[in-house]
Order: sequence, then C-alpha cells, then structure tokens
Amino acid sequence: MTYAFFPGCSLAHTASAYADSIRLVAERLGLDLREIDDWNCCGATAYFASDLLAAHALVARNLALVDGDLDQVVSPCSLCYVNLRRTQQLLDAGETLGNQVQDALAAGGLGYRPGRLSVRHLLDVVVNDTGLDRIVSEVVRPLYGLRVAPYYGCLTVRPGTGFDDPEQPASLDQLLQSLGAEVVDFSLKADCCGGHMSVVSAEVAYSLLRRLLQNATEQGADLIVTACPMCQLNLDAYQHRVNRHFGTDFRMPVIFFTQAIGLALGLSAEALGIGKEIVPASPVLEERWSGEAPAPERAGRARHRRRGTRLPTPGAEGVSDG
Amino acid sequence: MDFERDWVEVPPMSREDARDSTRFPAEVMSAVPGGDALRRCFNCGICGGSCPSGPDMDHTPSRLFAMIQAGLRDEVLRSNTPWFCVACYYCTVRCPQSVPITDLMYALKRLSIQHGLCEQVDGPDFSRSFMATVERHGRSFELGLATRYYFTRRPLRLLRLAPTGLEMLIKGRLGLKPESIRDIKGLRAILRRARALSGAS
Amino acid sequence: MAEKIGVYVCHCGSNIADAVDVESVAEFAATLPGVIVSRHDRFMCAQPGQELIETDLREQGLTRVVVAACTPQLHELTFRRACSRAGLNPYLLEMANIREQCSWVTLDRTAATEKAKALVAGAVRRVTYQQPLEPHHVPIHPRTLVVGGGIAGIQAALELADAGYPVTLVEREPSIGGHMAQLDKTFPTLDCSACILTPKMMAVGQHPNIQLLSYSEVESVSGYVGNFVVKIRSKARYVVAEKCTGCEICQQKCPVWVEDRVFGAGLGFRKAIYSPFAQAVPRTPVIDRENCVYFQRGKCKACEIFCPTGAIAWEQEDEFLDIEVGNIILATGYRLFDPRRIPQYGYGRLENVFTSLEFERLCSAAGPTGGRIVLRDGMTQPQRVAIVHCVGSRDRNYNAYCSDVCCMYSLKFAHLVHERLPEAEVYNFYIDIRSSRKGYEEFYHRLLDEGTHFIRGKVARISDVAETPEEEGCLIVEAEDTLIGRQRRVPVDMVVLSCGLEPQADAREMARRFGISCGQNGFFIERHPKLDPIATTTDGVFIAGACQGPQDIQSAVAQGAAAAARVAGLISRGEVELEPVLATVDEAACNGCAECLSVCPYSAIELLEDRDKAHVIAALCKGCGVCVAACLPKAISFSHYSDAQLVAQVKGLLNV
Repeated sequence: MTYAFFPGCSLAHTASAYADSIRLVAERLGLDLREIDDWNCCGATAYFASDLLAAHALVARNLALVDGDLDQVVSPCSLCYVNLRRTQQLLDAGETLGNQVQDALAAGGLGYRPGRLSVRHLLDVVVNDTGLDRIVSEVVRPLYGLRVAPYYGCLTVRPGTGFDDPEQPASLDQLLQSLGAEVVDFSLKADCCGGHMSVVSAEVAYSLLRRLLQNATEQGADLIVTACPMCQLNLDAYQHRVNRHFGTDFRMPVIFFTQAIGLALGLSAEALGIGKEIVPASPVLEERWSGEAPAPERAGRARHRRRGTRLPTPGAEGVSDG
Repeated sequence: MDFERDWVEVPPMSREDARDSTRFPAEVMSAVPGGDALRRCFNCGICGGSCPSGPDMDHTPSRLFAMIQAGLRDEVLRSNTPWFCVACYYCTVRCPQSVPITDLMYALKRLSIQHGLCEQVDGPDFSRSFMATVERHGRSFELGLATRYYFTRRPLRLLRLAPTGLEMLIKGRLGLKPESIRDIKGLRAILRRARALSGAS
Repeated sequence: MAEKIGVYVCHCGSNIADAVDVESVAEFAATLPGVIVSRHDRFMCAQPGQELIETDLREQGLTRVVVAACTPQLHELTFRRACSRAGLNPYLLEMANIREQCSWVTLDRTAATEKAKALVAGAVRRVTYQQPLEPHHVPIHPRTLVVGGGIAGIQAALELADAGYPVTLVEREPSIGGHMAQLDKTFPTLDCSACILTPKMMAVGQHPNIQLLSYSEVESVSGYVGNFVVKIRSKARYVVAEKCTGCEICQQKCPVWVEDRVFGAGLGFRKAIYSPFAQAVPRTPVIDRENCVYFQRGKCKACEIFCPTGAIAWEQEDEFLDIEVGNIILATGYRLFDPRRIPQYGYGRLENVFTSLEFERLCSAAGPTGGRIVLRDGMTQPQRVAIVHCVGSRDRNYNAYCSDVCCMYSLKFAHLVHERLPEAEVYNFYIDIRSSRKGYEEFYHRLLDEGTHFIRGKVARISDVAETPEEEGCLIVEAEDTLIGRQRRVPVDMVVLSCGLEPQADAREMARRFGISCGQNGFFIERHPKLDPIATTTDGVFIAGACQGPQDIQSAVAQGAAAAARVAGLISRGEVELEPVLATVDEAACNGCAECLSVCPYSAIELLEDRDKAHVIAALCKGCGVCVAACLPKAISFSHYSDAQLVAQVKGLLNV
C-alpha cells in the first residue's frame, strides 16, 4: 500500500542522512512513500506558544493536501508526527475548535473530511506494517558485534495510545535485535533530549543530553540509534558543547534507525548518509561491527535449582492487561 | 491521558472576563480542550516529579496548578515554568486525573504573552522568529532562523555557535537557501483566517 | 357485580399539595365509575391514613383500593399490608404516583392537577380488572454454599455452622486462609496474622457442620433461591487424604524446587509436591503436575517411595459432586494489582523493587528468609527503604478508586523495617494518609514518632540511572515533595510498591456463573451500597469481603458474619416468599418457537422437551414482562399486568 509521506523541514538538510536512508531502505523493503505535494512546516512547538487555532490550522493544511486515494500519513519526525496526529484527532472530533480549523482551511481553498486519515510514525510502519520478518529476510550483513542504545525520545511514544508503550517502549529494541545488534539496557530510552531547549536555554538541554549520553556510555553502547531528527541533532551536533560544559569526553555516534536497517541490508554506508554525523560513526562501525555471529546463549536458568540464598526475581514478561 | 475518552471542550472566555483575575482558573481551563480537567487535580505532584526541567522552573507544574486554582494570575503568568516545558508529555501520560498538562503549559505561554506579563525573552523570541520564517517560506529554515534569531537577540551567541554551524555546513546539513512552498499565499490566507477567528472569540 | 372502589389522595405534606389541588382530585375521583369513597389526607402512609383505608374496607365493604400518593417503590407494601389487615387481597390495590411523576416534575399547578386526575382515572379503571393473587412460597434448603476460604468465607462458614446449619465451603487453593495467611502482621495492633487466623482455620477444618472442599472449584450453578444445585469439581491432589498424616516427608524428599507464585507471591520456593504453608487446612499436600518429574518424564517417584502410609495415588482423577444448597455466599476475595502495568516503577526490570505481598512474605517468620528483610540476593540488608503508596489506585490510568488498605499497610511496613533494621531510613511517598478507623490514626502518629520520613508526592519514577556519585548503585525515587514544591531524588536500596486491590481475574466469569453482576470496576455489585452491602439483586446469592470492594480484615469479617446472619434468617423461616407478579404460558397457544427463552434475562423459561412448549419457572421469574412482549402468538400472560388492565389504564389516562 502507498503512504502519504510528510518529511518535515529537517529532512532537507539537518537530517539529510535520514532522508537518504529512508529513500534507500523504503525502496529495498517495498515501502511506497508518496510525498505530500506542497506540504508546509508543521510549526514544531513555536505556534502553540502563540495561537492554538493557527497552530492547528498550519498543520491541518498538510492533512487537507493528502491525495484522495491515500488514507495513511507517515512521518519520520516525532514532532511532526505528534502535531499531525493531534490535529487529525481534533478534526475528527468535530467540535468547536476542529470546526474553526475547517473554517480556516476553507480560506485557503482546502478542506478535510473527518475520519479520512490516520497518522503513523515511520518506526511504527516499518516495524508493524513491513514487519520484522520481511526485514530480516533482506538482511545480508547482520549487525553482529555492535552494541546499540535504542533511543526513542519523548514524542515517538507520548502522548499515549500510540503504537508502543509510553514508558518502556520496545519496537526499536526489537528491530535492532532482529538486525543482529546487541541492544543494551538503556533506561532513559524514552526520556526527552530537550527538544528546542538546546536553542532557547542551553543549560537545561545540556544536562538532559548529558544524562542520555552518560547512560548510553555506561551501559556499554557503541552508538545510539534514534528515530527523530531533533533527537539526532541534539545528541550529535551538541555533543561537543556538552563535553565542554561538563568536562566530559563522550564520543558517541548517533545514527538513524533507517541507517541501521540500511547497513544490515548491505547498502552503501555513504549512500545511507553515514559520515554526515558530527561525531563520526565510521570508526566505530569499522572497529566493532564484526559481522560474526555471537556465541550461542547459555541455556535458560534451570528452574529446578535453587541458587544459594538468592530470592526469585520476577521478570518483566507476562503483564496482565487492564 | 486518553484523548479519545477525555476530550471535552469548554467555551473560551471573553476579554472582559479575562481581565478579572478571580476568573483566572476558568480562563486557563477554557483555553485548552479538556482543560476543565484541572478541577480534578488533587496536587499529587507526579507532574512535578516527572518533569525533566523541573529543577530549573521557579514553580513546579504541580505548584503552578495550585496557584492557578488560588487565582494568583500575575505570579503564574510571570513564572518561567511554561517556558521551560520541553513538551515531553511524561506528566500528561502519568497524571492520575488525566489533566492535559502539556497543553495547559502551551496555554499558559499564550496567556502570559496576551496579558503582557511574560518575563521570558528567549522563548517567545525564538517562537516569533520561527513563525516569521514559516510565514515567509512555508518551511522552517535553520540558517535563516539561526541568523534572524541570533542577530536580533544574541549576536555574540551566533559567533559562539559558529563552529557547530560551520561543521553542519561542511556536512551538508545546513541549507544555504530557503525552500518555499508554492501556495504560500494560500497558507497565509489560512493563518490569517485562523487568527481572525481566535481573535474574535 | 360492580366493584366498590375507594380512592385516597395524599397531600404528602406540601410535597404533593403545593403543586396539585388534592381536594379537587378527590372530588373528581368521586365521579368516576365504581368509586364509592373518595378521600384526601395529609399523610396516607401514617397511622391515621392507613386506618382510613382499613375502616372503609370493613365498614363500606370496599372491593378495590386506589391510593394516589408517592411512588409504589416506597409505600406500595405499606398500603398492601393495610389491605391485608382489613381482609382484602393485597393485589387488589393500585397506586397512582402523583408525586415523583407529577407534583415533583410539573411547575404549573393547573397542569399538575389535570395530570393527577388523569393518573387517578387510569388507576381506577385498571384496578377494576385486577385479580386477587397469592404469593408464592419456596422452601429453603438448609445447606449453604460458601465460595472462597479466605477470612470472609471462613467467618461466614463458622457463623452458620455454629448456628447449627450445614455448610459446604469451597476453596480453589489446596488450603483455606486466603491472602490473610500470607501476611506477617496485621494493622494496627500488629497481631501476628497466622496466629489469629489459624484457630479459625482449625475450627473450620474440624467443624462437624462444615464440609470443606479444598482444591476445588464451582463448575456450574442452576436453580433458584432455596433450591440451588451446584456442580463442584474437586481437583485431583494425587494424594489420598485419608491416608496422609501430614508428616511432610514427601515434601522434603521431592527434588524439584518451584517458584511459589501463589502463596509465596513469587518470592519463595516450594516443591512440586507441596502444602502451601505449615498450618495449612487441610494438611494434605498436592502434586503440581506441570513440575512433577514423574508426570513430565516418568521418573523419580521419591514421594511415593518415602511415604510411610502409601498415600500417593498417581491415577487419581478430578471428582465431580452435585450439591443441593439453599443459599450461596460468594467470598472470593481480591487480586493484587500487577505493578508491571506501571513500567516506570521498574517492577520486573529492577531487581530490588518488591510488591507488597512479596514484602509480606519477606517479613514473615515462615517466609523464605525467616523474616529477615533483605534484598533479592538473599543476604544484604537495605539501609534505606522507600515505600510507594497508591500504586495502581486513585489513578484513572489504572483504577480510579482508592484501595482502602494500602495506607495502613504501608505504615505497617514502615514499622516492620524500623523494628528489624533499626538503623535503616524509611521513606513513605504518599498523596494522603487514610487512617480512619479505631487505632488507625494513632498508628500513623506512632510511625511519625518512629522517625519515618513522609514525603508528600506521588512517585514519578524509580530510576537506576545515577546522576551523582552518591546515587551509584542505588534505586532512585523521583518525586516532587509537594509540601515544599521541589523535585527530589531519593536514593534507596529497596523499593516496596503498595499495590492496590483488584477483583479476581475471573470475577466477571464468576458473576455470570452465579447470576449476579459486576460493577464498573469489576467488583460484585451489592443490592444497596449503604443499606445492604452483602446481598445482591439475585435472591439467595450473597457477597462478603473483598470481592464486594477493597476492604480490610475487620470489614471482611463483619461482612462474612452479616451474610451468614441473613442466610440463617432465611433458613430459620424455612421458606421464602416470592412476588406473584409472574408470567405464565398458555400451552394451548404456545407454538414452541422459544423466542421467549432467548429474551428472558433471568433464564427463567425452559422448553419442556416432551411437549415442545415453553414453561416459566416461577421462582426465577422476576416479572419483567419481556417475554410477554416477545411472544408472537400472545401465549404468555402476565399476572398483575394483563392486557385488559393495561388497556384500561391507558383509556383512563386519556379519558376515552
């Protein structure tokens, strides 16, 4: 099926590596993405600080521009994703604010039929629509040897009722695991990178970034894999500043999940945009990505043997639903 | 927070009513769909506990909500709290009473500017610069944004940021030319109408 | 013969009289056909009012009575009794509701009066067609089924048994005792839970009037109040109870350790052949097929080899019993909220985060550590313990209700830590302290005296990511201290989650099986939340304890006793009276389509196989009338709501 693709402003330059890798990976996986014609900026967080109606109207124009034969919009940027999704929900609710947005759209000669579209994150589409099985079948060079920290950031999974758990999501972990990488236990994987705060109030942002980089480093990650251009920008382009501010020495490359997929699929690193990151990923890839399968895991712990004084420890599996 | 379940709209307040600060709680609640959930807040503090920028705020979100309920309009709208909100939505998903906290923070930003009480400079300026870029081109444009923002406010900052900018330029991650959408007129018409509608109410 | 109708219009003080001109209604009523007496009075339900009716019945020979007053829900019974006392069949009375349906909802006095007149006219016409009816009597079987052997069920069973009535107590675990048996101490007295519980358990086990069916479940229920038939599955223990002496050699010799998920709350171990705890009643162990080496791989048989009485029986099968009982008391208890639903609290991911029941087992002298409070390594004593209140309660994301007991048991935990680890720091993170009963508030003050740190803030997250050197290796509790308006990060070694109480996982299924309902939160619904918390809307089925709603042991005991008292009352009366408002099938007209069966909400209609005709089971019929409407050949008639009566009422209302 074909998806309406909303790239977002950052894909053109700041996150051009994301754009490169999305294009190549989508082609290889048969993911048909059709860019929305004449799409405009989603407004990020700026408009919401000024005028709620204008903010939603700005986003709504994009929904109204989606070709009539498509019913799913996919965005690779988490902020665009949340803005699009919430505006779609507002329009679908059909109450006062939603109707005012429709009114505003009409002034531009546009309209949106409520219920027409659903908005998805690219990670969701890749993991749940394309599916891990399909991806694994195309893997030619598993990411064996690489220890990765999957970083979702906040807006990929919040506000809730999205495609993954808002506190401890697992889709990116599963994806990276299926690509053969060793996924570290990255506790802060859904914590905020600070978003636009890196521009507005550096100190707040730096301490958030530092925590993330520290946690990933301490857990032994070789690189951070992310699903949002803002997160990548903050963690990557500001890493030097964080180091300077705190006297730390982080050297943690940050790449996009589509780049990780592309690498495992055997595509050219350069074509995937590897090298565009400020903290270079190539050295790490050369050094750590062995491509050799790890030793098979030891058999699961014997249930029938008590081990010393240790008390049984529950696992996180088997969550009872509500 | 379940938007499908908890989405309730309250009619917005008139400007006359808004001037009277005892109506302040109602003004805040009517500024956001679902905002009257604020009445349910029993100040458990999970929002303040979850907030990544909590330590940098002069009032925690939870305290701010108590202040709103107490009608302390001026103090609330002068506060830096909403401007330090990174919109991570931890508070919103964890709130036991499904108060749309992040949305209320955006509303407080709007109200603080409207009432002329905002003491922040960077946040509002950044927003304005961003909006100006979007309304000029239909897309945001980092270099234009950075230069415009930093030139108007923090020229020295621009110099300090130069190394990062230079690196980004070298890597091809900083566009030199703004891209524009074709129907920028249509976009402007939409925004104009939107502003007229919200100004009218 | 024409009827002689008496009409009585009530003022109800000002409730009716302010809106309705009651005098003119009474005057109007006097003009209606058949009415020979028409009066009005200030309070018909009071003694003088009723005497009016009774006197007229005797002296004027009335054959029908109409009372225009409040809702029949309130006083129909009162006026029916008045009729009975004066010798008139109580079903020859009709009430016209001119209060809730008239004076309380109509502003205009003229309109209200007209409406009242119409209502009275309708009642008068209807009552002419009413027939005398006799209530139905159903005998009560003296045996009672109690489902659930926790403290509420135990209490109910003992009360009935001590009163001399036979009881069957069914419990699905191998032993009775429920959650109370898992606890170490009980608040606020800090009594040892097992010490106060086990005497009652022993009494149940030894009582001549109690048939204890442990390791058993109710498969199906049929019948009606006074006459239920219950099919019970008694699961195979693979141990012959009569031969077992409870010596426990089998448990010692069994080579298989299994995590004890039920009694041990996952914190301890048991063997594949096990009795849940030392004071279990009955003491007979049970073999867990899934973990038993013999059942899985055909080897071992250590238990059989060492058993001195040859009590192991591999071929044992589940047994089924059909039991007749008159009443059923459901006391199936609660399930602890699963904190995995709150991933940010780290349970299951971070080792030293414990649930409340796990912590109870830790503290218990008979638990896996003999009562030593230690971390998961089984050795290290924590220096700092955080207790998190309101986990899964008071939260619209999980359960909006308050679970009643968590504040008190959180305080209890704080005390136990102080007692056993005097050097440890204890932090209770709370929103409110709910300590309302006898001795509870004082208990809270005791904990303040003991130096507990109370931080008012709902915990946002338990983190394992240190931000300072002091936080290395600790669990960090992230919360806002709302009383000072600041975020705090409190590093601790152990976190205890005070999880809320939820209904059992199969509560809805159970409700369906017993013909009762569950509320929005999944707990069984009581007949009236204030005035009748232990009855249900299904006659003969009662509820007691935490299955009705979160509550502490004291309430569960009280409810168990209350349910028993109610049942004892029914049994001692020997029979129960049922309303004769019933549907009846005219077999001649019935075409056997069974549409009525499918619409009956009470499963009160059966299809007689030999004749292919529908038949209403009188004791189950609640008189809702759905079958009457659904029956195409109009073969079902409805006593006290016949077509003739209803048509007459409508004609009266419309004055045609």
